[in-house]
Amino acid sequence: MSGQTVGTRGLVFNEPLIFEQGSPGRVGYSLPASDVPEKKAERLIPKKLLRDDIPGFPEVSEVDVVRHFTRMSQWNYGIDLGFYPLGSCTMKYNPRLNEDMARLPGFARAHPYQPEAVSQGALQLLWELEQYLAEICGMDRVSLQPSAGAHGELTGIMLIRAYHTSKGNPRKKILIPDSAHGTNPASSAVCGYQVIPVKSGSRGVVEPQAVAEVMDDEVAGIMLTNPNTLGIFEDHIVEIAKIVHGKGGQVYCDGANLNAFVGIARPGDMGIDVIQLNVHKTFSTPHGGGGPGAGPVAMKRHLAPFSPVPTVEKKGNQFALNYGLPKSIGKVRSFYGSFGVLLRAYTYIRTLGPTGLRRAAEVAVINANYILTQLKGAYHLPYDRYCKHECVFDDALQIPDNVKTLDIAKRLMDYGFHPPTIYFPLIVHGALMIEPTETESKETLDQFIAAMQAIAKEAKENGDLVRNAPHNPRVSRMDETRAARQPNLRWKPKPSGS
Amino acid sequence: MRYIPNTDADCRRMLDAIGVKSVENLFADIPAAVRLKRPLRIPPALSEADLVKHLRALAARNADADRYSSFLGAGCYNHFSPAIIGHLISRGEFLTAYTPYQPEISQGTLQAMYEYQTLICQLTGMEVSNASMYEGASATAEGILMAHRVTGRDEVVVLRSVHPEYRQVTRTYAQQINLTFHEVGFTPAGTADLKAIKAALTDRAACLVVQNPNFFGVVEDLAELGEAAHAVGALLVVAVPEPVSLGLLKPPGECGADIVTGEGQALGVPMSFGGPYLGFFATQEKFIRQMPGRLVGATEDREGRTGYVLTLATREQHIRREKATSNICTSEALIALIATIYMETLGKNGLREVALQNLRKAAYAKERLAKVRGCGLRFSGPTFNEFVVQVKRKPGDVLKGLLRKQIIGGLDLGQFYPELKDSLLVCVTEQNSRQEIDALAKTMGGGR
Ligand SMILES: Cc1ncc(COP(=O)(O)O)c(C=O)c1O
Repeated sequence: MSGQTVGTRGLVFNEPLIFEQGSPGRVGYSLPASDVPEKKAERLIPKKLLRDDIPGFPEVSEVDVVRHFTRMSQWNYGIDLGFYPLGSCTMKYNPRLNEDMARLPGFARAHPYQPEAVSQGALQLLWELEQYLAEICGMDRVSLQPSAGAHGELTGIMLIRAYHTSKGNPRKKILIPDSAHGTNPASSAVCGYQVIPVKSGSRGVVEPQAVAEVMDDEVAGIMLTNPNTLGIFEDHIVEIAKIVHGKGGQVYCDGANLNAFVGIARPGDMGIDVIQLNVHKTFSTPHGGGGPGAGPVAMKRHLAPFSPVPTVEKKGNQFALNYGLPKSIGKVRSFYGSFGVLLRAYTYIRTLGPTGLRRAAEVAVINANYILTQLKGAYHLPYDRYCKHECVFDDALQIPDNVKTLDIAKRLMDYGFHPPTIYFPLIVHGALMIEPTETESKETLDQFIAAMQAIAKEAKENGDLVRNAPHNPRVSRMDETRAARQPNLRWKPKPSGS
Repeated sequence: MRYIPNTDADCRRMLDAIGVKSVENLFADIPAAVRLKRPLRIPPALSEADLVKHLRALAARNADADRYSSFLGAGCYNHFSPAIIGHLISRGEFLTAYTPYQPEISQGTLQAMYEYQTLICQLTGMEVSNASMYEGASATAEGILMAHRVTGRDEVVVLRSVHPEYRQVTRTYAQQINLTFHEVGFTPAGTADLKAIKAALTDRAACLVVQNPNFFGVVEDLAELGEAAHAVGALLVVAVPEPVSLGLLKPPGECGADIVTGEGQALGVPMSFGGPYLGFFATQEKFIRQMPGRLVGATEDREGRTGYVLTLATREQHIRREKATSNICTSEALIALIATIYMETLGKNGLREVALQNLRKAAYAKERLAKVRGCGLRFSGPTFNEFVVQVKRKPGDVLKGLLRKQIIGGLDLGQFYPELKDSLLVCVTEQNSRQEIDALAKTMGGGR
């Protein structure tokens, strides 16, 4: 590894748990002086319902807290630091403007139950965002309520169930291709459906014949991801939708990969009835180390009566919440959704406009295919064809030298890159799933490609270097077996005397 | 476009390297029949400056708790949040990281999550906490699903004094797998109706769901509810939408709770018109393998250094697929980070002092409003920072009158409880000054 690589070492700090710091009486806060009578708590609430103390809670100063989290932050990798090609996760740049807008007091300090008359700005934003997302998806209505992608899936399957129930039979099964994300079968199961796997064909897509074989009138619907998790467009989608509709089923699309074709084609025009959008992927809201996200669900007209309540409606120049949907599935969370996240998505859409959104999709696809063609040869490409927004390699060329996908992923860290998604989709043994997104320059991609090629070479010539990676981060590989065998999920005070 | 670095010339060079004439070739697999042949019908791009103007104008059309004096609570609370929180969570290393699947370069997020799990355990008196759920209502729904898995039973007893939206969400989830829902009313004191609860609890009950403080702000005696549930082999699920109360109240874990769920918004998270928020979920160690959501555990690296990893993933969707304990994937890591920083900054004494101020200010407001002509207290039970006021005039009219004076007076309960259509739910936090409370009382009494 030359001195020219992106990743290098810096000064980072060790930082113990907060519970091992501070001293009794140290404070990090300041409260206004009390301006009401200082009654004892016991006079207001029976003593037996009160506690004296919160054992273990920290006592630290403001400086302690700032340094604690700043040091810990330095142990993290983020998009702001470098290339984060995590397949299926669309780790694009998270615009700071969106953060500022979410912090405007008129948004951040607004209460969800404040009167509609003094919430018109927030309601207008939600209403407009619904129009944009409906147009982008080619759908009729959008519920903004779900909190993340999987929550959107769950809501979508609930809609399908309510639709079938209204026709007299909720049905029993959901068809799911073997390449699907784990949330698809899990969301179906939460709705009480039995999952029927559908095998992907040799071209990496679902073949209509495979769907026709398992489709019957006990199948409530199919959940398809498009483009699928191999980064390949399901080009039989129209025919598959016809087969499913022919037996009265519904077509659900996992829209996690919408970034591949915004403005180029629309799910609603392909026979899809309902789709969730991961705004923390396609619409640039930050992942925050695992949320918050938002998973709006876009649907065709026939599913709209079942939508979660409330919806936002426009009457003249006024915006209002509508709870009057007698067939609604109810609510999937409190209030109206992750408003602050939706606001960031709105800001992003208004920043890019129709031309920018389409350009984002095109460049995301160019970037992915550039990586695909440049790494072909150094790595094995199980489905050798052009991809959409991501490409999937595997470790077949490295296995003979006893280097696995996991080792390649860890070694990438030393070069200053976040690894791709690994071992998913499950249908590719040892998958390396690379999604560059449109917010990376050709120079960054070239550096990444060079690093991947260097690792392929190292695997042949110096396998141990790769197998023992990473070498640069503050910690090396973790003992995950021990973590699971002897769960230690919280700090506890050391027994006194020791 | 400032977020897309590659120029047309860069793209051209890349397309040449790929070996295609145009980007169109890369989309050839999308059937022509379903291609969009026109630009999307959404507004054209705005410059950064113009967009800021537009969003400021929208924001200005909303009331906010700085310009209005607000007495709204009901699951979303107006608490003070220290300045350092916004700064620390804006660090790109936290903000722009994914779920910490690669522990070697995610230790910051992982250690923060481990501290969060510990703080939630300390606060609730429970043994284990997951790393976050979406928000309070769906976390409570997941609590019921877990009780169903643990007990194998199909009935759920829920008190009507649980937040109406929590009940609605819980019912939406429970209906999917045909769980039966029994709702039990409240006493004239606004407390849990133990007799009615005992009558509703049978050996088919998976759990009893209570909220503390309940939706009316009343503090429940959880211990006797726990005994009632356990007597028939059901679990006690305690929902806590206002966790600041736990600075003072006996933790549910010491009162027989088997599962504690709740909403972390009160712990320094902006109200943001309803989200994003933070569901918390804590339980007993014996139920770990039935828990939903991510868990962070401590372990060691190859050199014996302490570090943290996501663990016990065999419960989760990416491993277990349809047999997972939940479908949840992305949850609320950054919001949990807010709550973590909030709890650590306030610490042992600060959280207690905030809770005490809430209690005292609400007690003062209660006393004041009880003396206002045309107002009375609806319930006699002890309350934390919320209480129910019965009004002679229509609550809607009372609220409208208050709004004219820039006061958001509380929640009209009629929309959720037909029997309380003469009542308002009023919340008072450390953010409400005595002056504001006095103005509320004066205006409600018809004063000018
Ligand atoms: C293809 C796919 N579907 C669904 C999901 C779930 O989305 P979320 O994590 O927002 O719940 C993901 C993301 O992890 C995904 O990659």
